[in-house]
Amino acid sequence: MATGGTIKIMQGNEACVEGALAAGCRFYTGYPIEPASEIAEGMARQLPPAGGIFVQMEDELASVIALVGASWGGWKAMTATSGPGFCLMQDGIGLAAITETPCVIVDVQRGGPASGQSTAPSQGDVFQARYGANGDYSLIALAPSTSQEMFEFTIKAFNLAERYRVPVIVLADEIVAHTRERVYIPPADQIAVVNRKQPAVPPAEFLTFKPDADGIPPMPAFNTGYKLCVISQVHNEKGFRAKGKEGAALIRRLTDKIEKNAGAICEVEELYTEDATTIVVCYGSVARCARRAVKDAREQGWKAGLLKLNTLWPFPAKQVKAVAARAQRILVPEMNIGRIALEVERASGGACEVIPLPKLDGKCHIPAEILAAIKGGCR
Amino acid sequence: MHSLAQRVLRTEQLPFTFCPGCGDGIVVQMTARAIDELGILDRVCTLGGVGCSSWIATYFNVDFMKVPHGRALPAAMGLKLTNPERKVLVFTGDGDCVAIGGNHFIHAAHRNIDLAVIMLNNQIYGMTGGQVAPTTPAGAITVTSPYGKIEPPFDACELARAAGATFISRWTTAHPWQLLNAIKKAIQHPGFAFVEVVSPCPAQSGLYIQGSSDPVQLVEWMQQNYITQEEMDLLSPAEREGRTLVGDFLAAIRPEFAARTHELIDRLKEEK
Repeated sequence: MATGGTIKIMQGNEACVEGALAAGCRFYTGYPIEPASEIAEGMARQLPPAGGIFVQMEDELASVIALVGASWGGWKAMTATSGPGFCLMQDGIGLAAITETPCVIVDVQRGGPASGQSTAPSQGDVFQARYGANGDYSLIALAPSTSQEMFEFTIKAFNLAERYRVPVIVLADEIVAHTRERVYIPPADQIAVVNRKQPAVPPAEFLTFKPDADGIPPMPAFNTGYKLCVISQVHNEKGFRAKGKEGAALIRRLTDKIEKNAGAICEVEELYTEDATTIVVCYGSVARCARRAVKDAREQGWKAGLLKLNTLWPFPAKQVKAVAARAQRILVPEMNIGRIALEVERASGGACEVIPLPKLDGKCHIPAEILAAIKGGCR
Repeated sequence: MHSLAQRVLRTEQLPFTFCPGCGDGIVVQMTARAIDELGILDRVCTLGGVGCSSWIATYFNVDFMKVPHGRALPAAMGLKLTNPERKVLVFTGDGDCVAIGGNHFIHAAHRNIDLAVIMLNNQIYGMTGGQVAPTTPAGAITVTSPYGKIEPPFDACELARAAGATFISRWTTAHPWQLLNAIKKAIQHPGFAFVEVVSPCPAQSGLYIQGSSDPVQLVEWMQQNYITQEEMDLLSPAEREGRTLVGDFLAAIRPEFAARTHELIDRLKEEK
């Protein structure tokens, strides 16, 4: 561990607030919802003394749209919610995607559609995070499994949002949000913070959505002389409405800037995967139990391995494909009906068997359940 | 090209998207004059939602943001709060403002955040082909009220007043000079300023509601039916029926949200 810094016992939602502040977030709009409320409460308390703005909005729609305004005002902005609010936010997530507006949205998932199970954990929004808004676009989603990761992934979310000019979703769940555990907070000068790039050309030559060679346009703030055209319609490089090839070029670029950079964006954690015949692919709080199960299996002589997906979107297909080529079976425990299992199946391309372990009762898997599945014929 | 247009308009966006006889171009001109006369071009940004009138936001030579239907006010709030010196102008239609964006309208007005909100009221969903709007008169026949509208029309100025707006004004595009004055006052007003502009839509509301697509007749219809308090006072109760008041209705000074928010930050910094 690096020197300096502090160690605190905090729940994931509190660690998320610390991460946001460390990343430079100075604008938060949100609407009360469980199990995400502590994030809003922490922001309400901590932002104003840090020179930031907290506003409790009329709903989640307004919350995420306000982020887009604030981000174009030059500030780093975040909101947090749970499934029902995340559903309402899709309007603004689409806006942030097409206007390439950096912002961070934390979804502390609860179970079920509609009002769902308000105080139970779930991973039911993994596809909503990827496909929730209309039309084709790509974004980034991260899945923390501990309070420490809530802190670190929130910082990472801001950095990715600024780097790729995209909404970044932190897909937490009720367990991660409310578990109190040790968090190490490094000193500020040891935290890498990325800021959006600024134009290299004079204002008269600047086009609002003209990308650099990396596919990402620079982003000046409003009222700094660039005559910005920020428009939610499909547009050309000037920011005027476009159809046909120009429109197709935008949609292709919005997708490519994320999918083609999956190698740089995607992060996974591997444990005993080299010689494992059974791999548990997991993410979020389920990874805590999966790790225990894999360690227990190893102690008992089973060749089990763990692939923990820190990034869910873009999907770490390359990493999944690599372990699928070596393994006989992949188990995918998740607190939904088996969503990421479908992605794992696609990425593994039939190289090995993919077995979903869905969980829908508002509880996390226990290690013994995963261990039993590992033992179900993999020696 | 007129020198005003060269100074204030984003000329590469021309010609306008508006139909012949539409009132929206008059609002563009009066807003351009207001910005020019106040000398604030560099401090202005404009926002629009969805609908013909929301396109007004795209015609000025300033930073603009055009967002999904009904959502201009929260985006405007984000821009105002991040720089209270910004002059934030929002162009919205009656459907955009009081139907799909109604909740944002109520709460932005209630916060009394310093925005100039110019709502164009053509009493109909024009761009999508003439569907009934919250502002459509009761009984009117449109493509989605083929047997006559059942609900009464919404009065956006009364809604703004009840919600807490501190500047409220209503004019029509047949009152261009009064409208110019109202827009200037709205921009200068330190709080939530709401200007409703009744704007004719020959293609849709003219056809379906007023019974004429002739722009001249629609101007006459506005002149006859949208009258000031002085004009109203001269009429008998029977003659007042169906007529709507225009005028500058309210200009009150109350605590403003963006200023208060930044005052809090400054106070907490001093206390540290």
